[in-house]
Amino acid sequence: MLQIRNLHASVDGKEILRGIDLDVNPGEVHAIMGPNGSGKSTLAQVLAGHEVYEVPEDQSTVTFLGENLLEMPAEERARLGLFLAFQYPVEIPGITNEYFLRAALNETRKSRGLEEFDAMDFRELLQEKMAHINIDPGFAERFVNHGFSGGEKKRNEILQLAVLEPRLAILDETDSGLDIDALRIVSEGVNKLRSPNRAFIVVTHYQRLLNYIVPDFVHVLVNGRIVKSGDKNLALELEEKGYDWVKETFAGATA
Amino acid sequence: MPAHSPKSRAPKSHYIRDIARLDTSSAPERVRAIRAAGVAAFQTTDYPNTRMEEWRHTNIAPIVGTPYQSLVAPTEHGLTLSDVAPFLLGDGAWTELVFVNGYFADDLSVKGALPRGAFAGSLWEALLSDSGLAEAHLNHYLGPRNTFTHLNNAMLQDGAFVYAPKNAALETPVHLVFLSTAQRGPETAAHPRNLFVADAGSQVTLVESHVHLAGDTPYFNNLVVEIAVEANASVERYKVVREGARGNLLATTEVRQARDSRFRSFAFTLEGAIVRNQMCVALDGEGAECELHGLMLDDGERLIDNAVNITHLRPHCRSRIAYKGILGDRSKGVFLGKVHVLPEAQQTDSNQLSNYMLLSDHATINTKPQLEIYADDVKCTHGATVGAPPEPVIFYFRSRGMDERTARGMLTYGFADEVVSEVSVAALRERLEAYVFEKYSPRR
Repeated sequence: MLQIRNLHASVDGKEILRGIDLDVNPGEVHAIMGPNGSGKSTLAQVLAGHEVYEVPEDQSTVTFLGENLLEMPAEERARLGLFLAFQYPVEIPGITNEYFLRAALNETRKSRGLEEFDAMDFRELLQEKMAHINIDPGFAERFVNHGFSGGEKKRNEILQLAVLEPRLAILDETDSGLDIDALRIVSEGVNKLRSPNRAFIVVTHYQRLLNYIVPDFVHVLVNGRIVKSGDKNLALELEEKGYDWVKETFAGATA
Repeated sequence: MPAHSPKSRAPKSHYIRDIARLDTSSAPERVRAIRAAGVAAFQTTDYPNTRMEEWRHTNIAPIVGTPYQSLVAPTEHGLTLSDVAPFLLGDGAWTELVFVNGYFADDLSVKGALPRGAFAGSLWEALLSDSGLAEAHLNHYLGPRNTFTHLNNAMLQDGAFVYAPKNAALETPVHLVFLSTAQRGPETAAHPRNLFVADAGSQVTLVESHVHLAGDTPYFNNLVVEIAVEANASVERYKVVREGARGNLLATTEVRQARDSRFRSFAFTLEGAIVRNQMCVALDGEGAECELHGLMLDDGERLIDNAVNITHLRPHCRSRIAYKGILGDRSKGVFLGKVHVLPEAQQTDSNQLSNYMLLSDHATINTKPQLEIYADDVKCTHGATVGAPPEPVIFYFRSRGMDERTARGMLTYGFADEVVSEVSVAALRERLEAYVFEKYSPRR
């Protein structure tokens, strides 16, 4: 589904990703862990198409569902089925969740030659999705993330995921700023959305999220490179030994 | 400096001529006195011009330089109920009064139920009746604002009078529709005068629509509104301006609030050529609160000026100003937020925000807060933004499959809808929502 080869990215001439290779297949959950500044969030943003990052297209390739992802603007990546749950979702006063999500879903459907949802049908769909992942129906009429608590914003990202039904969802530090109850609610939402057709990349600093969203693979990112990959036990090992352990063990990679 | 600038020599003779045509025989003594003082002040003051600080960015030379003919009596309007139906909001349940070129049109108006002792109708008829109620309040709240408010006094005749008696709650809004038809030919001026009095403990919602059937014909409305909000009373007032492409409106609203009263106001300026809404509020009783909202949708060559002027005269009052605008094409916008805190007004809590979105490189907005504070224990804040939506917001839309053009359109709609969504009168809110949606949303 997703093949990343030798992905480099820099911002203002400073290289942040320094050659990443990663394969993600349908149904898999990959966790990307790493210390602050290792490039985790950059990887998420680069995949989503944020233009602040420079990617050398002669060296790096990213293929998603057979398409050259690096050539596409962010909106086309989204329509193709790539979704980024933001670490810091923006607030959009004046636009209700319902209106925002209907517009987003219809843009995707239009690009695939599917019929667009009218207001009535979409409302029904939205209510269904909200019920499925236990979200307060009041979310529909609220302005997008406006005045939301940290936990509400993250739940709203998961609601968007549920409605847009992407093939690949990247969760960028979805656990940051969440207390244990909010973390559990958000994780339950994600788990309900796992399917054999859909893959997840879960970017996190802490292991605790992975108790709830159990990954198939764990990758440790240090200084812009994946220095170690393993199964869910790697996350536990990392939790126990700390990031200094990987930094020391893979000192060569961090040089 | 020359003793006389060209603007100060701009002609007043056409107005003087029309003032002389007014019928004075039937006018009550009080009206004659107000008119006489108005004429004198009109003749001795300069027209507002761009050398005056408050008018620096508001060039009304096209109004001053046009020899408008003022209406001095109601004319046969020739309209039917179906002509005015599109402007009505209350579905037969509200009191909706229609004024054609400033004069009350009884035959086009809808009378809803009002509590005992309440009044909603023609100011002129109220002045001619012997209750003395309108007369007691008329011209009681208007300060010496400018040449055009003097002219309004000089031409004082009809307009709306709404009275909410002590402790009464008017359950449905009172809607005042000011319809300009320019039927007397181009370059017609009207000088309507409104008076709203909310007696102690009363509650009333007023909607003022300024609309037209004038096409592209030029005309000018010179409006003065006085509002008295007595102790513990609560007034919500909506003004919606949709004047013609060449229809000008200069409006001054003067509000006096007594102890523990509340006043909430919205000024929506959607269409017109030159539109100036001056909103002056005197917080003249302890614990009074006002909340003033504005939204200008400016495009074409339009000029819209929202001037807000709040005076805190007593302690423990609270004022909020939140004005926004969207400007496109070669339009011009002006916002002045003046807050004056007098020495007695300790514990004043005042905040003003003005936010403007520019859609074109040729559009301009001049926004200025002006605080004059003479008390030492006060909290007065202000903030202003002008610009386009920040890039992270655009990226958020794009990451959800919407392109930049769609994002900007939706954000523009949302910027306007944030004000509209605060409207508590459902029928009006829905109509305004449909309007901004139609105007800005890329996805209908």
